[in-house]
Amino acid sequence: MTTWWRRPSRPADPLIADLHDALAPDRVRNDGAERSLTSHDASVFDGGVSGPVCFPTTTGEVQAIMRIAERHDRAVVPRGAGTGLAGGAIPLGAPIVVCTGKMNNVVQIDLENRIAWVEPGVINLDLSKQLRPKGFHFAPDPSSQQVCTLGGNVANNSGGPHCLAYGVTDAHVLAIEVVLPDGQVAMLGGLEDEPDGLDLRGAFVGSEGTLGIATKIAVRLTPNPPAVRTMLLSFSSVRDAAQTVSDVIASGVVPAALEVMDQPMVTAIERYVGAGYPTDAAAVLLAEVEGLDAGVDIDVAHIDQIGRANNATEIRLAGSDEERAALWKGRKTAFGAVAQIAPDYYLHDTVVPRAKLADVLEQIYEIVDRHEVLVLNVFHAGDGNLHPLLVFDAREEGTLERVHAAGAEILRASLEAGGVLSGEHGIGVEKQQYMEELFGQADLDHQNRLRQAFDPACRANPGKVLPAGHSCADIQALRDVPTGVWG
Amino acid sequence: MSTLASTDVALAGFAAEVGTEGPVAVRGGGTRWNLGGVLTENARLVEVPSGIVDYQPAEMIVTVRAGTNTADLHASLAEHGQTCALPERGGTVGGAVAVGENRLDRLGRGSVRDAVLQVRYVSSEGDVVTGGGPVVKNVTGFNIPKLLTGSLGTLGLIAEVVLRTNPLPPVQRWLRAESVDPRDLRDVVLRPGAVLWDGTSSWILVEGHEADVDSEIERVATRADITSTDGPPELPPHRWRLSPSDASQADRFIDGSFVASIGVGTVWATTAQPVREPDPVAAQIVSRMKQLFDPSGRLNPGRSSWT
Repeated sequence: MTTWWRRPSRPADPLIADLHDALAPDRVRNDGAERSLTSHDASVFDGGVSGPVCFPTTTGEVQAIMRIAERHDRAVVPRGAGTGLAGGAIPLGAPIVVCTGKMNNVVQIDLENRIAWVEPGVINLDLSKQLRPKGFHFAPDPSSQQVCTLGGNVANNSGGPHCLAYGVTDAHVLAIEVVLPDGQVAMLGGLEDEPDGLDLRGAFVGSEGTLGIATKIAVRLTPNPPAVRTMLLSFSSVRDAAQTVSDVIASGVVPAALEVMDQPMVTAIERYVGAGYPTDAAAVLLAEVEGLDAGVDIDVAHIDQIGRANNATEIRLAGSDEERAALWKGRKTAFGAVAQIAPDYYLHDTVVPRAKLADVLEQIYEIVDRHEVLVLNVFHAGDGNLHPLLVFDAREEGTLERVHAAGAEILRASLEAGGVLSGEHGIGVEKQQYMEELFGQADLDHQNRLRQAFDPACRANPGKVLPAGHSCADIQALRDVPTGVWG
Repeated sequence: MSTLASTDVALAGFAAEVGTEGPVAVRGGGTRWNLGGVLTENARLVEVPSGIVDYQPAEMIVTVRAGTNTADLHASLAEHGQTCALPERGGTVGGAVAVGENRLDRLGRGSVRDAVLQVRYVSSEGDVVTGGGPVVKNVTGFNIPKLLTGSLGTLGLIAEVVLRTNPLPPVQRWLRAESVDPRDLRDVVLRPGAVLWDGTSSWILVEGHEADVDSEIERVATRADITSTDGPPELPPHRWRLSPSDASQADRFIDGSFVASIGVGTVWATTAQPVREPDPVAAQIVSRMKQLFDPSGRLNPGRSSWT
C-alpha cells in the first residue's frame, strides 16, 4: 500500500531536530523572517542574532527546551510581547528564543485568596478586563498594557501611572513557578504572607529573564475603588507643577496617580487626539484619587488648594466618567502622538527624589538644547520617575550620536541628583555601562552572586544587566556570533 | 566613584569590627533571637551602629542604621504624621528587617519586604555592600533588598536601610464584631487596616478620613453586632504562615486558641506550626546563595533562613 502523505523528514540540524521532537514542529521556527522579528525589542538598540524561535504551550515543554539548550550548549532568552525599552529581550549569541505568547491561559481566579494564577503570555489588560466585572483588577498598568504580557511584567517589574498608590509589579506577585536554566521547576514564594526561606520570588521579579522562565504566576487582585476623581491642573512653569506634586505627597495624600506632561508633549497630544488639554500651559498635571466618596472629595479639595498655592492657572475636575476617560486618553496616547513629530524616539527612564524633579528637568532642557535634540516630557511625577522622550530622525547623519550623548548626560544628571538608572524599564543592554557609576564593585559582585545562585552556567539571557567583567556579561563575545552557528 | 558608595564612618567602623575572619553575628533586641536555629557558641557578637541618618518626610523615606530601636524610629516618624511597615513591638530596625515579619495591621501598612528600598550590609568578606537605592521606585539591577529582607543575617549583616514611610491615616478605629463571617468584614470595608478572628469574635481596624470611617462602620453594623474597642486581642506566641483561605478555616486544624489575620494568612496560636518541607528546588537555590554570599559560613552560624 502506498501512502500519499509523507512524514516531513527530520531536520538535519541536531538542535532543531531535538526541538521538533520536544514541541510540535510548527511551534519551532527557524526561518529568517521569524528570527529577524525576534532579534529586536521596542528599543532603539541594535538587534542581536536569534537562534531557533520556540512557542511552548506547557511548563513541560519549557523544561524540555532548557534541557535541549543545555545539551547543545546554547543560551535561552525568554520573550513576551517584545515591548521592552531597554533591550532585555534582544538575543545575544544566537540563543534559543522562547516566546511565551501561546501560554496565555488565566488558569484560576481565586477570589477568596484574592489572587489569580496566570500563564506568562496573558496580556496585562486582558486580565484586568476579565477581573473588572468581579470587582477587581490587576494594579500595574504600563503604557503598553494593551499588548504586553504578565511574564514580561514580572521580568521587568513593570510599573505604570497607577503604581503610585499600589506599588509596582513585585507588590502584586505572590508566587511564581519557574523553569530554571538547568530544566528543574521551582515554586518561588507562596500564597502565605511571609513564605519560608529567602525571598527568591522577590529576587526573580525584575531579573529581566536572567534567572529562568516564569511559567505560572500568582498575581494579587486589587478591589476596584467605588469612587474615582480625576483632576487636570495647568501651570505656567514646570517648576510649579513639580512643586505641587512634592507638596501633595508631603501633605500625606497618596493619590492613585500624579502624571505630568510638559508643553511640547501636550501640544503633540492635542494635535493627535484633541484631549482638551490647554496648549498654552508650560505643564499639565493629571491627578487621580480613589477611595470612598467622602474621602476622595476631601482629597480633591486638598489638591486644589495646593495647586492654587503653587500658581495653578486652571484646575478642572472631570464631572463624569466620559470626561475622566477623555483626560486619560491624552496621557495614554502620548507615545502615539510623538510619531507625527519625527519618525524615531528614544524613551528614557530615570528616577530622582521628588524634590529634585524641577531641577533635573531644567538640566534636561539645557542638555537637549546643547545637543540640538528635541525633548518631550511625560512622567510619573508622584514617584519621581522621569521619562524624557527624545524625538529624532535617525536618517539624518549624526543624529543618533547626539541622541545618545544627550541621553548619557541625562542619566548622569539623575544620578548626581541622588537618583537611580531606571524606574520601570530595566537595564537590559541599555544601561549596563552606567551601572558602575551608581554601584561599587562589591555591590555589583553581590548582584552577580545572586544571579549565579539561579543560573550557575550562564544560560539564561546572557549579556544583560551587569556590565562586562562579571560572569555572563561578555557582551562582545556574544555579539560576535560566527556565521552559520545555527546550521 | 559610584554615587551610592557609603561615606558613613560608623558603617566603616562596623565593617572593621566584623572583619574578614571568624564566626560573627549581630544581636538586635533579641525579640526573635532563636528564630532559624541557635547561634553557635564560638560566634563573636558585634554591635551595629544606631541612629536615624536622614529623614525626609516630604520624600516619604527614612535612612536609619540597623541598631536603632524600632520604637524610637516610630516616634520620630509619628512627629511628622507618618509610620512605616516595620513592627512596633520593640527590637531593632536591623532585626526587624532580617526577620521580615509584618505588622498586625499589615493590610493597612504594607509589608516589610515592600518597604526596604535600599540596604547596606557588611559581607562575609568584610565589605560594606549597597543594594537597591534611595528612591521610591527602582528597577536598577538585581533586587538585593528583597534578598536580604527576611534572610536572618545569613547573607550579610544589615547595617543601614532606607525605608519607605506611609502617612498615618487621619482616623483609626478598632471594632469588635460578633455573629459575622470575618471574610464578610474584609469584603465590606474597602481598605481595612486589619481583620482578625479568634474562631468566635472578629476585630476590624477601620481607617481613613473620618467621614469614610463613619460610613464604613455603618455598613459593618448592618452585617454584624459591633462594639467599639481599644485595640486588637492579645496574640498567642506562635506564628503560623498560611494562605488567607486556610487562615479563615483555622478552627478546623489548629488546636488551642488562635487569632487569624483574615485576608493575610498569618495566624498566632498557642501551638506551633508543624515544620513544612521546603520546595526542594528552591532549597537548592537557597543553599547555593548561602555558599556564594558566605563561602566560609561565618555569618550568623547555626542559623538557617528556613525558619
